[in-house]
Amino acid sequence: MTKERTRILVVDDEEIVRESLSSWLREDGYRVDTAPDGPAALDKVKADRWSILLIDLKMPGMDGLQLLDEVRKIRPEVAAVIMTAYATVDTAVSAMKSGAYDYLVKPFDPEELSLMVEKIVHQQALVRETTVLRKVLKREYRFRDLVSKSPGMQAVFELARAAARSQSTVLVLGESGTGKEVLARAVHLESSRANGPFVAVSCAALTETLLESELFGHEKGAFTGALVRRKGKFEAAHGGTLFLDEIGDVSPKLQLDLLRVLEERRFSRVGGTEPVDVDVRIIAATNRDLRKAVADGKFREDLFYRLNVVPITLVPLRDRREDIPLLVEDLLERLNAEQNRRVEGVSTEAMARLIAHDWPGNIRELRNVLERALVVASGSILQAADFGFTAAPTAELDRVGPLSLEEVECRHIGNVLRHTNGNVSQTARILGIDRVTLYNKIKKYHLKRPHHEEHEKTTHSESI
Amino acid sequence: MTRKAGAADPSIYVWWIGAEATPGGLLNEVRAHTGRVFGLTTRLWRGQERPSDAFDPARNQSSSTRILEWLVTAGPGETHKVLAVTDLDLFIPVLTFVFGEAQLGGHAAVVSTARLVPSGSPIARGGRLLAARLTKEAVHEIGHSFGLVHCDLVRCVMSRSSSLLQVDAKSGGLCQDCWTRYLDLREHSGGPHDEGTHPYPGR
Repeated sequence: MTKERTRILVVDDEEIVRESLSSWLREDGYRVDTAPDGPAALDKVKADRWSILLIDLKMPGMDGLQLLDEVRKIRPEVAAVIMTAYATVDTAVSAMKSGAYDYLVKPFDPEELSLMVEKIVHQQALVRETTVLRKVLKREYRFRDLVSKSPGMQAVFELARAAARSQSTVLVLGESGTGKEVLARAVHLESSRANGPFVAVSCAALTETLLESELFGHEKGAFTGALVRRKGKFEAAHGGTLFLDEIGDVSPKLQLDLLRVLEERRFSRVGGTEPVDVDVRIIAATNRDLRKAVADGKFREDLFYRLNVVPITLVPLRDRREDIPLLVEDLLERLNAEQNRRVEGVSTEAMARLIAHDWPGNIRELRNVLERALVVASGSILQAADFGFTAAPTAELDRVGPLSLEEVECRHIGNVLRHTNGNVSQTARILGIDRVTLYNKIKKYHLKRPHHEEHEKTTHSESI
Repeated sequence: MTRKAGAADPSIYVWWIGAEATPGGLLNEVRAHTGRVFGLTTRLWRGQERPSDAFDPARNQSSSTRILEWLVTAGPGETHKVLAVTDLDLFIPVLTFVFGEAQLGGHAAVVSTARLVPSGSPIARGGRLLAARLTKEAVHEIGHSFGLVHCDLVRCVMSRSSSLLQVDAKSGGLCQDCWTRYLDLREHSGGPHDEGTHPYPGR
C-alpha cells in the first residue's frame, strides 16, 4: 500500500541509467517516472506529488544541486537523493547543505539503494501517520475555536454541546481572558440558530442610557440626537443569539428591563410604546461572582436565576497547564496565518517557562505574549529570550513573602538584567519598555548591570 | 497440477548464453522448477548466438539491460517467455551488480550464476547450493516478466534479494498472494481462466 503511494522521479541525463534504475525500482512496486534534465524534472515536480527524487549530480545545464535548490523551494517535503560518480567530501557536504536526504556514489550496492528507499518510505509513512494522528487528536480536543485536553474543559465542552442543542439561556462564568465570548460563539454555531445572527454586546463599555438604547433601540426623538428610529441589539439578534458580556456590570434599572425581556420575550424601544417581539437566545457572561453580588444586593436575584439556567464555568489557564503546549501550537498556527510567518514552535526551555507561568490574563495573555515573541523572534523556533518574562515569579514570591508592586518590579528588572548579562537593549525588549524608561528604572532602583559591576570593580568609571 | 498448457499459454524457454560450456543438468533443473512453479510448458532454447554489445570492458561486467534488449529479437518470439542464463557478471549502470533482470510485464529475463557461487568458482562446483539459488532467481525474474513486483514476505520467491543471505532466506515458490496475482495477470493478458492449483507454495 505504501509502495503504491510512493512516487519516485529519476533525474539523469543518461537514458540507460534512467531506464535501468526506474525498471529496478518498479520491480519493488513503486510508481516511477523519469526526467532527462533539470528543467524537465522541475516541470514534473510542479505538476505532481513526489515522494522521492533520485537526482544525478552532473547534468548539462542545470546540475543536480541547482535542481535540488529549486525543488526545495517548491516541494520542501520531497526526499531528494543525489547520485554522483565523484565521491568527494565537498560533494557530499554541498548535497547535504542543499537539503538532500542523502547521497549515493555510483555505482551503488543494490542493498544500499533498497535500504535507503525503504528507510525514506518508512519515515514518510511515519510523518503521514503522525500528521493524521495529530489531526484526530486536535479534533478530539476541540470545540469549535476552543482547544483543551484537560478533563475540566472537556466537561465544559460536553455541557456547552448539550446547551447548544437546547434553547436555554446560558451563563458563562470565568476569569478575564478565558474565552467566554469564544465559547458563546461556539454554542451559537453548534445550535439550531447557527444560520441566524450572533450579536455581542459589552455591558460594561457603555453608560446606562447608551446601553439601554444599544440593547433595545430607540424611536425617533426619544432623546436629544435621536434623529431617526434605530433598532437595538435585541432586534438585530432576532433568530439568533445575543451575547451579553460583563452582565455583572449592568445597572439596577437595566437589570429590571432585561428581566422583563427574558420573561416576556418582548420589549419597547426607548421612547416608544409599541411592543417588539423577539426570538433570541441569550448567552450572558461575567467574570464577577454573581452569587456574591446577589447576596450584596448589587444584582437582582430573579435576574440571576433567569440567567443561571445553564451555568458554564471556564477553567483558568493556571489550572490546566497541560493545555499550554496545545494552545501554543494552536495560537501559533493562527498567528502565522495572520502575520504570514512560518514559526514552527517554541524551544523546550521557553515552553517550560510558559507552562510555569501563572497566566493571570489567561489565554488572552498567552496569545499576546506569543504575538510579541513572534515580532521579536528571528528564528523559526521561539526562544526563551523572545518572551517577555523570565522564570516563574510565583516561586520567588513564595520564598520571600508578599511584596509591593515596586519591589516586584525592582526584582523582575534585576532578574532580566542578569538574564541578559546587563544588555540594556535586550532587557528593554523583553520587558516591553523603551531603553530610556529602563535606564530611569535602573537608576530609580539603584540596579547594577552584571558586566558593568565587573567593569566598575576594575575601572570605577561608570555607575548608574 | 491441474493447469494444462493451452493454445493461449506461453512457453518458457531457458537459454544458456554464458561463456562456459552449457551446464545441461543445471539448466534442466531451472527448466523443470520454473515449469512447476508457473504451471507452464518449459523448454530449453539451444541458440548459439550471444549478445555482442552487452559486455562493458571498463567494468568487466555485462549489461543486463542490453541483454534483455537483445533477447527480445534473438529469442523465441514475443508469444513466449525467454529466460537467459549466463555465467557473466551482470550490472545495471547505477548498481555494482545484479543477480538478474527482467522486463516487468514483458517477455525477457536474464539471471547470472556469477554472484551465486564463491568468486572464481566454476559452475560445476556450485552443486546443490548453486542450483537452489539459481532456480529461485530464475523464478523471481520470470515472475517479473509476468508483471509480479516484489513481495514483502521474505519467504516468497518474489521478495527482493540484494544479497545471498536474502536469496537463501526465501523459498523457491510463490506465496498465496503472488500466486493469485500471477493468475490474475495471466488472465488479463489473455491466458486461461481456470484458477488452477498453487503448485509450489512459497510459505
